[in-house]
Amino acid sequence: MELRKNYFADERKDDLHEIGQSRPRSDAPGHVTGKTAYFADRTFPGLLHLKMVRSPHHHARIKGIDTSEALKHPGVVRVLTAKDIPHNLYTILILIQVGPEDEYVLAEDKVRWKGEAVVAVVAETERAAQEAVDKVKVDYEVLPAVFDMEEALKPGAPLVNEFHPGNFYLYDSGDHRKVRFGDIEKGFAEADHVLEQTYASSPIEQAPTETTGCVVMPEGNDRFTCHTNTQAMFFTLDNTSIILQMPGHKLHMVGGTVGGGFGGKVDVIVEPIAILAARLTGRPVSFIYGRYEEMQISSPRAAEKIIIKDGVMKDGRIVARKVTGYTDAGAYSRHSPYGAQKGAAHYPGPYTVPNVWIDTYCVYTNRTPSSAMRGFGVTIADFALEVQMDKLARLIGMDPLEFRFVNAYRDGDMKAHRQPTTGAALIECMQEASRAANWPVAEKYLQMSSYKGG
Amino acid sequence: MAIRRGRGVAAINYPTGMNLGGDPSQALVHSTPTGNFMVTLSSVDLGQGLKQVMAQICAETIGVPTEQVIIDTADTDTGPHCMGTFASRGTHRIGNAVVQAAREARQVMLEVAAEALEVNASDLETDGTGNIHVKGAPQKSISIFDTALTAHFKLGRSISGRGMFLVPRSYPEVETGAMKPSTCYAHACTVVDVEVDDETGEVTVVSVKNVFEIGRALNPKMVEQQLVGGSWMGISHALYETTEPYYPSREHGGTDFNEYLMPGPGDLADTEIIVLERPAADGPYGAKGPGEMCANPQIPAVANAVFDAVGVRIDMLPITPERILRALKEQRAA
Repeated sequence: MELRKNYFADERKDDLHEIGQSRPRSDAPGHVTGKTAYFADRTFPGLLHLKMVRSPHHHARIKGIDTSEALKHPGVVRVLTAKDIPHNLYTILILIQVGPEDEYVLAEDKVRWKGEAVVAVVAETERAAQEAVDKVKVDYEVLPAVFDMEEALKPGAPLVNEFHPGNFYLYDSGDHRKVRFGDIEKGFAEADHVLEQTYASSPIEQAPTETTGCVVMPEGNDRFTCHTNTQAMFFTLDNTSIILQMPGHKLHMVGGTVGGGFGGKVDVIVEPIAILAARLTGRPVSFIYGRYEEMQISSPRAAEKIIIKDGVMKDGRIVARKVTGYTDAGAYSRHSPYGAQKGAAHYPGPYTVPNVWIDTYCVYTNRTPSSAMRGFGVTIADFALEVQMDKLARLIGMDPLEFRFVNAYRDGDMKAHRQPTTGAALIECMQEASRAANWPVAEKYLQMSSYKGG
Repeated sequence: MAIRRGRGVAAINYPTGMNLGGDPSQALVHSTPTGNFMVTLSSVDLGQGLKQVMAQICAETIGVPTEQVIIDTADTDTGPHCMGTFASRGTHRIGNAVVQAAREARQVMLEVAAEALEVNASDLETDGTGNIHVKGAPQKSISIFDTALTAHFKLGRSISGRGMFLVPRSYPEVETGAMKPSTCYAHACTVVDVEVDDETGEVTVVSVKNVFEIGRALNPKMVEQQLVGGSWMGISHALYETTEPYYPSREHGGTDFNEYLMPGPGDLADTEIIVLERPAADGPYGAKGPGEMCANPQIPAVANAVFDAVGVRIDMLPITPERILRALKEQRAA
C-alpha cells in the first residue's frame, strides 16, 4: 500500500503521534495462536442444544404440527412452537420506527420461504436435537409461490406476506422511495443520445468464517447472559426484550471478537429463541448455525434489478438520469426497506446530473429473506451505474475515464437529494488511477480539482 | 479461439454511517491509578481491528502511547450504547465518541497536573509519550503516571470522560426525496486488467489497481488489510458468488465452502492499493468509513474489462463463464 500525501496536503496536518502509525494490532497474536476466545468457546455444565425444524416449501399453509414423537426422543428436553413465544411477531427495525412487524420467530399459520423456522427442539446433545427435528411432523398445504419481483408486483400475484399488500414495502412516499430533481423529460428531450439498460444481480452470501450463533446462561439472579456474535449488542438486546416481553435489565449480551460479519450478523434471529429456551428449561442453551444454515438460511445480500435511462450530450455531459431500482426482500422485511431507501439516496452516483428521477422499490417474494451485507443498497447500484458509464462513454466515442472526469461531482455541486457536495475526492482518485494504471487522459483532466470551482 | 485481454475502470463514492443518520454511539474513558486508560464501549470488533483503532484514537487524544489504552467492549452490562458495527460506521461514529470522552478525561488530567505543578491547565500540553509539561518549558513537567496517582490519592478526582456521537436523523421529503443521507463520503477508482478465454468463457483477473480516498488512514497497515480484503471480495462478487446458481430454480445453492464458489488464493490478482486522505470535517482525525466501499469498484471494473476483452456485455451478476459463452454465441450469430 502506498499513501499519496501530495493530494489534499493543505487540508491535513500530519503532526500526530499515534494516529497514522501502523501500530501492531493488540489482538493479532491471539488470533494467530488460537488464543482468542469466541462466543462458541463458552461451555457450561448441562448445556442444551437447539435445532430448528424448517419449512421444506417456499410457500405453504400449516394445517397441523405434531411434536409427540419428537418429545419422546431420548435426550429431548423441550420442544417450542409459535405459541411459546410471548410476542412472536416482530421486525428488527421497529426500534427506529421502521415497521410494521411482519415476521414470526416461529411460523404460525403459514411458511413463506423454504427454510423458515417452524419448531425449535432443545436436547441434551446436538445429535439428539437433530434426530428429534426429523421426528416433528408438520402437515402443509402447498401454496403458489413467486420468485420474481416483477411477477410479485403484478395484480393477482400470490400474496407473500399479509402485512405487505401488493408485495411491496409501503413508504410514506408510497410503493417506492422517490428522488426528484430538475426536469427529467426536458433533460431527455435535450440529450443527443438516450440509453436505457437493465442490470440484475443474484443473492450473495456473507460467508463469514464463524457461523451465526449464541450460548445462553441463565444466571442465579433471574438474568440471562447471552454470549453472542451479533454485530449490534443493543439491537439484539432490545429486540429480544420485545419478543420475549422481558424487561431489558434481565438481559445481558456479551460479545467479543466476531469471526467475520459482513452484515450477516445484524439480524436478530438466534438470540431470542435461545434465551427463551434457557428460560423455559432453566439450563444453558446453545443455538449455533451449521454451515448449511449459514449458507442457505441466514439472510443473503438481496437480488436486485436496476433500470437506468440516461440522456447524454456528445460532449460527454450527462443531462438526465432516471433510475428504477428493485430490491428483493424475500419473504420478510428484516433490513431491506432500509437498503432500498439507501439506494435512492445513492443515485445518481458521484456525478453531477441536472435532471434526476429515482424510484426504488422493496419487493416481497418467496425467496430467502435478504438483509444487510457489506455495501448494503449501494454495491449492486455501483455495478449498474459504472457499467452504464462505460456504455455511455463508448456510445459517444469518449474515453471511459475522461467521460467520468466530465461528470464528476465537486464541492458545492447540488446533489439530486438536495445536499450540496462537500469533501469530494473522486477527481483525485481518478487522476491517481490514471497515473498508477498508466491510463492516459488529457492534461485538462489532470489539472482538475474537487475543490469548489476546480 | 484465443485468450483476449481487456481493461476496465470504475469510480465510486460511499456514504459513511447509517443512511439518514440517527445512529448513536457512546463511549466512556477513565484512568487507572497509574495512568493507564480504559475505554468502555459496547461496540463489536468483527475482526477488522476496531479495538486497535479505538485505542489509537484515545491515545492520541489523551496524549499517551497506544499500549497504555485498554479497550473493554461488547458487553451490555458495562458498555454504553452503540448502534452496532455496520454501515461503515465503526471508525467514524465510535471514534468520534471516543475522542469526545478522551477530551473530557484529558481536561481533568490537565487540571490535576496543573494543581500539582501550580500552573494553569491551559498552559499545559502533552508530549505523546506519557508526560505533561508547560508549553515552552519542557523541564517543568509531570508524568501522567504521577498525575493519575495525584488524582486518585491526593485530590480525590476521577480522570474520566463521557463521549457521545449522533448524526441527527434525516427524514426524506416525500415528494422530492430531499434528505441528508450522510455527512461524509469515501471515494475510489479501480482499474482492472483481465484475460478472457473466448473458448471456455473463463476470466482471469490479471491485475487490480485501486485508489481509495478514506479521509485519514488512522492505522495504515490495518487500512491496507481491509482494503486488500475488500478488493478480493469485489472480484469474488463480480465473477463467482451466488446462492442461487440456477435461479429461478432455487435448488443447487452452495451449502459449504466447497460448493459456494469464491476465488481461492490462486485466483487472486496482483492487487495494488493507493490511499489518498482528504480529512472529513466531522471525522475523528478526519477518518471516513472505508469498510464497505473498498469491495465495490472492482465489480463494474471487471465487467467493463470483460467487455473490452471480448465485446460482450454481461449485465447480470455474477459474470460466469456460462454467461460469457452464451453472449459470445449470440455475438457470433448476429
